[in-house]
Amino acid sequence: MTQLGFYNTNLPPHLRVLKDEIEGYARGYGLDFYETIFEVVDADDLNEIAAYGGFPTRYPHWSFGMQYEELSKSYSYGLSKIYEMVINNDPCYAYLMRCNHVVDQKLVMAHVYGHCDFFKNNAYFAHTTRKMMDEIANHGNRLRRYAERFGEDEVEAFLDKCMSIDDLIDIHSVAIKRRDDPHAHAAGGDEVEDDDDKPVRFKTKEYLADFMNPPDQYRAAEEEKRRAKARQAPMHFPERPEKDVLLFLIEHAPLKNWQRDVLSIIRDEAYYFYPQAQTKIINEGWASFWHSTIMTQKVLQPSEVIDYADHHSGTMATSGKRLNPYKLGIELLRDIERRWNMGQFGAEWENCDDHEKKRNWNTNAGLGREKIFEVRKIHNDITFIDTFLTPEFCVENKLFSFNYQNQSKNYVVESREFDKVKQRLLFSLTNFGKPWIHVLNGNHANRGELLLKHGYNGVELKVPEARDVLANIQYIWGRPVHLETVIDDKPALLSFDGTEHSHQIIGGDHDTRGKTPARTQ
Amino acid sequence: MGQKIEQDLQRFRKIVRGKVKSNLSKYISRGEMIGKKGNDLVSIPIPSINTPQFRYGNKGSGGVGVGEGQPGQPLTQPSEDGDPQAGDQPGGHILEVDLTMEELADILGEELALPRIEPKGKKNVVTEKDKYSSIRNVGPESLRHFKRTYKRALKRQISTGTYNPVDPLVVPIREDKQYRSWKEVQKPDAVACVIYMMDVSGSMTDEQKEIVRIESFWIDTWIKRHYQGVETVYIVHDAQAHEVDEHTFYHTRESGGTKISTAYELANKIMDARFPASEWNVYAFHFSDGDNWGDDNAKCLTLLKETMLPKLNLFGYGQVESPYGSGEFFDHVSELLDEHDNVVATKVPDRDAILGSIKEFLKTGR
Repeated sequence: MTQLGFYNTNLPPHLRVLKDEIEGYARGYGLDFYETIFEVVDADDLNEIAAYGGFPTRYPHWSFGMQYEELSKSYSYGLSKIYEMVINNDPCYAYLMRCNHVVDQKLVMAHVYGHCDFFKNNAYFAHTTRKMMDEIANHGNRLRRYAERFGEDEVEAFLDKCMSIDDLIDIHSVAIKRRDDPHAHAAGGDEVEDDDDKPVRFKTKEYLADFMNPPDQYRAAEEEKRRAKARQAPMHFPERPEKDVLLFLIEHAPLKNWQRDVLSIIRDEAYYFYPQAQTKIINEGWASFWHSTIMTQKVLQPSEVIDYADHHSGTMATSGKRLNPYKLGIELLRDIERRWNMGQFGAEWENCDDHEKKRNWNTNAGLGREKIFEVRKIHNDITFIDTFLTPEFCVENKLFSFNYQNQSKNYVVESREFDKVKQRLLFSLTNFGKPWIHVLNGNHANRGELLLKHGYNGVELKVPEARDVLANIQYIWGRPVHLETVIDDKPALLSFDGTEHSHQIIGGDHDTRGKTPARTQ
Repeated sequence: MGQKIEQDLQRFRKIVRGKVKSNLSKYISRGEMIGKKGNDLVSIPIPSINTPQFRYGNKGSGGVGVGEGQPGQPLTQPSEDGDPQAGDQPGGHILEVDLTMEELADILGEELALPRIEPKGKKNVVTEKDKYSSIRNVGPESLRHFKRTYKRALKRQISTGTYNPVDPLVVPIREDKQYRSWKEVQKPDAVACVIYMMDVSGSMTDEQKEIVRIESFWIDTWIKRHYQGVETVYIVHDAQAHEVDEHTFYHTRESGGTKISTAYELANKIMDARFPASEWNVYAFHFSDGDNWGDDNAKCLTLLKETMLPKLNLFGYGQVESPYGSGEFFDHVSELLDEHDNVVATKVPDRDAILGSIKEFLKTGR
């Protein structure tokens, strides 16, 4: 097993006993998880691991240092404390803070088993690799090697640019096969050329190379392949708007091999991490549901009740008026369990208009537990909210929607209507609350320029920041880059040609792009 | 374990430091001061480095919150630049990087390539300090040195054969006990006094005072870096001089004529009474728009030459530019430059000139 360092991270005996006990309860409730390894670490190390996104090591980048600085500062000032950290991996790794009280350790263990069960069973995690511990370490090694060979500053500068677009992936591509083998290029090593463009080269000893792969024949075959490829090339490039901008760049941008590899590392990790963002509410809700169930029904000693309640309520508390995913998730799951236990679902329930009858509705269906296990299997946050959020739940939990006021430049409470709340909530979860960006054309104006499109849905981009991103993409693409978007309610085209930004209004007619580029302020 | 993240952290700090450094002139000239925490900590809010990404702007955006509130009620929580979402992601946040005043001074020194000040040796007051560095056989129990006591007891027990490895019980007796004790060490203690003088006559505007304020903050920071105890004296003057506190110094507004000599006389008196040159490193900085009463100039120069300069480590004259001042006093001070190497005169026409002026003042390393 992976050891974090030189000191002992094994569970001390008293925690080992607890672990076995809690694991037994978890299995007894029907949770199903990979083997879970708890490591006991000190606060500094826990902060480090958290800064690394839960992994003991990552590729070198200052952003992890920044995370660490923030975590360790707020820890040392007593502002925040990380209790639990668990990695989606087989086996699951989870971390316990050495100085925590025993009741906290129990709670964290119970919570962790909830997560582990979720990782293993939820459909959205099905595509993730379960050997990420190793892969992430490999990524680190590869990047360190590049840094040695090509210079730290060079690699870091490129990484900065990649990280600026690491959210431009197509999260649905893992479920929908949009085209053949989208991963063909994903794992190029630093020596490996794109195999597709090359004819077969026979493996051989060096002194036999010319004999086995005659150079002129090899070149001819290469030429032939390229021509064949050109003939097949589609009229549009890409054929359909490509949401996986990273993939498009990996495949088509004129990158050096190491750069291509760096970009694909960023992309691989983005695909590994996104299900966790996609299931934040339901995943935390599920784990909290189980820690509270296991603790209150099985593990808690009478002397620990106060500490447990204090900790649990701390986790569930809303700070300010911000929505707490733990709270929303656990309440919604409990609501589902209650409804399905009482038979408050299905056509008959939906169509019942009698308020009084609805209030006392109880068919003793007893399907609650079964239902929430199903929910944890097939839902992500969006479908979870979409399917199970009810008007009654919104009222009970005091949910409201808010929006931005252009005049007063602040956010105000907008409404408590169910539809509005639900719509805002779903919007904030859709595409992680980030704008939709597609590659529209990789040969814009027939000059090899890159045209991106922001799928406008009522909320405009932060323009200055979008400009910075464009500049980063331009660096990768090499040719001018454009973004169709909407600025001040008018369709607009942001461009960056490598030296200056421009910004033009797209006229009413889609094709007559204004020919007078307005210089930006 | 050796923290692997150390490297990333250093890299981040370097970048941030780079930011602090390159922005230092901006901080100074914008007068953006820098919260002073306690005695020696400043916190400089540094935006955490945000990797740019395509994000939604404020316009048309919204989200879901929890709690009380009527429609239309403003939410205080998500502020103007906040980034509220339904998730738990913290919005746009500011990282504060704490620098000690010493670090800040070091950055300043590095930026301006300032030489370190060498406190004058003979002016060092020597203080005596107790240091707990020795051991005695008697002393209070609270100072008992556990390890040494235990070792002696063990030694004694082994040598007398009363130590039983199977039942390793070690009981110290009175003779075993060892106590920490102190030694008196003599520590040189360099102290300094900084006298700020400012012309508050009618011709000085608020903008000029702001410049003085910013400049004196940085001078303070630098001088304090080199001395343990720094006393500050503030003197304002028009046709008369008064000693005031820091707040008054920056906020008084007088009108009337200007007699610089009054300030020098007062400074001289204060020095003689409270900060004798034999014990103190005295610094004097005078800021004015250079508009002095004609007859007074000669008196000023005599005062400076004959009484003040011999006692001072450094005399700095900073001339701000006001719409009314003639600025002729600068020329008079400049006359002294050749003969006295502890005189510095600079002109500070606007905020951008502050850095240059500080550098002039402090580059002598006195």
